[in-house]
Amino acid sequence: MSVNIVLLLVMGVMYAVSIYLLLERTLTRVLLGLVLITNATNLLILTMAGAPGQAPLVEDGVDPSAYTDPLPQAMTLTSIVISFAITAFMLGMIYRSWKLGRRDEVLVDTEDVKVAEQSSFDAEEDAELLEEPSEFLEENEDPNADYEHATAINPSTGALAVRHRADGTVKVKTDANRHLPGSGRRSRHEPEEGEHPVGSLGHDDHLPDEDERSGSPRSRPRGRDPKDGE
Amino acid sequence: MDLDIVSLAPLAVLLPILGAALAFVLVRRPKAQIATTVTTITLTLLLECLLLAATWDTGAVAVFIGGWEAPWGITMVVDRFSALMLVVSSAIVLAVLIYASAQGITDQDQGGPVSIFHPTFLILVAGVSNAFLAGDLFNLYVGFEILLTASYVLLTLGGTGPRVRAGVTYVVVSVISSVLFLIAIAMIYGATGTINMADLAVKLAELDPDVQMVLHVMLLVGFGIKAAVFPLSFWLPDSYPTAPAPVTAVFAGLLTKVGVYAIIRTETLLFPGDRVNSLLLWVALLTMIVGILGALAQNDIKRVLSFTLVSHIGYMIFGVAMASVLGLGATVFYVVHHITVQTGLFLVTGLIEQRAGSANIDRLGGMAKISPLIAILFFIPAMNLGGIPPFSGFLAKIGLVQAGVGADHGMAWALVAASVVTSLLTLLVMVRVWTRSFWRRVEDVEHPPAKLVLALEETEARRTGRDARPVAIETQTKTPTRADTKVLTKTQTKTQIKTPTKIAKGPARGMVYPTIGLVAFGLAFTVFAGPLYAFSDRAATDMLLRTPYIDAVLGPEAAAQAEQDLGGLEERGIRVPDQGNSGPGELDSIRGDSEGHDVGDSTEGGQP
Repeated sequence: MSVNIVLLLVMGVMYAVSIYLLLERTLTRVLLGLVLITNATNLLILTMAGAPGQAPLVEDGVDPSAYTDPLPQAMTLTSIVISFAITAFMLGMIYRSWKLGRRDEVLVDTEDVKVAEQSSFDAEEDAELLEEPSEFLEENEDPNADYEHATAINPSTGALAVRHRADGTVKVKTDANRHLPGSGRRSRHEPEEGEHPVGSLGHDDHLPDEDERSGSPRSRPRGRDPKDGE
Repeated sequence: MDLDIVSLAPLAVLLPILGAALAFVLVRRPKAQIATTVTTITLTLLLECLLLAATWDTGAVAVFIGGWEAPWGITMVVDRFSALMLVVSSAIVLAVLIYASAQGITDQDQGGPVSIFHPTFLILVAGVSNAFLAGDLFNLYVGFEILLTASYVLLTLGGTGPRVRAGVTYVVVSVISSVLFLIAIAMIYGATGTINMADLAVKLAELDPDVQMVLHVMLLVGFGIKAAVFPLSFWLPDSYPTAPAPVTAVFAGLLTKVGVYAIIRTETLLFPGDRVNSLLLWVALLTMIVGILGALAQNDIKRVLSFTLVSHIGYMIFGVAMASVLGLGATVFYVVHHITVQTGLFLVTGLIEQRAGSANIDRLGGMAKISPLIAILFFIPAMNLGGIPPFSGFLAKIGLVQAGVGADHGMAWALVAASVVTSLLTLLVMVRVWTRSFWRRVEDVEHPPAKLVLALEETEARRTGRDARPVAIETQTKTPTRADTKVLTKTQTKTQIKTPTKIAKGPARGMVYPTIGLVAFGLAFTVFAGPLYAFSDRAATDMLLRTPYIDAVLGPEAAAQAEQDLGGLEERGIRVPDQGNSGPGELDSIRGDSEGHDVGDSTEGGQP
């Protein structure tokens, strides 16, 4: 099998450049990398067809080895079409990413960061409970009272709600409405709802949103809903 | 008669594509679109059941498209394994489709371009079917590309920030894996002059061993990225969880399994022999352990499930690397079981998300009280995944352990130990999710979503009787209004404040029924484990023998040559499990019987 050295060199350079580009964080460069790597592969397929020859239209009296191998050409055409579709889709995504965040970069996964930052200690799972031999402890004698996750609001006794935070601090909260039967639980949730707004899970999405609306009125994404983050 | 049905095999690809075209036309009529899609998938499923029935006894059959004979034309091959995969995948897809349609109806307020969901979904199905049926490497590549391109669209559906972010990673990684696969195809073509898999099975063996090694590893890396085996699995937990629940469900169930399917074909048909088996064993071990440790660290149920998905791919690679009938049979069973269970779990997670407004186990609680049905629906597949005895997960794992013990070398024992540990850790992970989101009281939760609190109050009001109802309704309208106005940002619409009662609405029946169906389907594998296991073992024997496949495509001469190159199973030291002296008695006797009858079958197939 004879090989065209120019094609090989071009292919090699294209692979090298594309790998360099794919390692970038900028999406446009990644796209260029993808275009180059698929085209380098197309060249590879063509190279694998062997020496060029006559067009593969069967004529009488021509030695079969004189024809070019048509199969790699068919494969190249297919893969060109596929890479075309993917390039178009990537362009669409890059445009979308630009509209959403005004950033042409691969962003960090916020959920990943959250998991990486969480402390290895989890009050609910990892706390060592002290042994309590007696079954009849008073509320304030219970060595594990801190760990009873704020469930101790008893409307009749008006016990304190003790909450264990992830960072190890203990939050003690008196509840103003605790004497109203049945309302204790709900009112206790209220401040937390405030601390942690319903739509806030989407984090940085809010800022770009403001951007967009100031930019052009039509750019507000259709499928977005503040609840999406949940 | 049998041949007639099998010659319809290309319809398994064509029907979904035609259905997709029709669904595109009906973009403006959502109901007609759903009806078209469901009908198409149902027809495909029926066809595939017929295919399975046709291949149940006869084994591999080839279809030559356009009448072009094997090494030249495009070939589609239906053998026991691919027929089984087709049926299971379509059944899953049908369930997910009904679920998604119902969710689309209930979540209408959330907008999003629902109109492109159904056609894209059908294209995905066509791609998956094409990959399972492909008889040549390039057609397999095309199948992959069809399903991947559809999956890009589905993953970034709606184009929200997180989805676009995840989509970029997913697209780039997938394209690179496809390019690797394409490079491998080009090189294989350069080395052998053919891309027909049956033809390759004969011709690859004639190549220099080093060249074979390069081609083999390139294919494995390409497929490994798609199957998400350990060092190549980084992209999966990053990209899957952001998609809508039904999309994640079908991705988790099918896409990685298509990769596993390709790996199985590579290992059995193209490159038999134990050249890379010890490498695969290491990969399997690391995939299992690293995956499940990742799952332990997660708080979002979808992410937990994505990591267990990676982890359990390790089991399948383990079975493949054993290169024995027992191991491969168990893998076939495992793949089928895992597709169903994993999809089911993701669908249930979708239900949880819809009912509670979050899928983060730190923010969930009291779900068992709110919806005992969801609790049960989650519990059964979770235990199934963890490998608790009566379930199919246990049977699949015991098959793999049996294979490992049977192989009896150091690495196999390490894998047996790792699979047991992974199983236990999976159980731990699942129990952690279960106790947190279903069992603990909602009072213990730090930031319960408003939806969850509402749902709980509604449930309590219902339980305490009618007297409480007016109060409950009052609180319902009051509480969220107060809570919402506090957190309302300017971007939120006013309609949400006006209709707070709507938030507490439960999932549509259309979402619950398919989930029940899937869980029941998973349980059916437990009930019919005997016949199914026997069938898996037969499929595995077929694949390890290679002759039925090559015979179907190229005729008996090529098959005889392939057998000559390799020798029979016994000569290659592959144990055919007809002794049946280990493991649970009942299962084994079934398997023993089928094996005896089956070996006769396949030799018969080789002779005519």
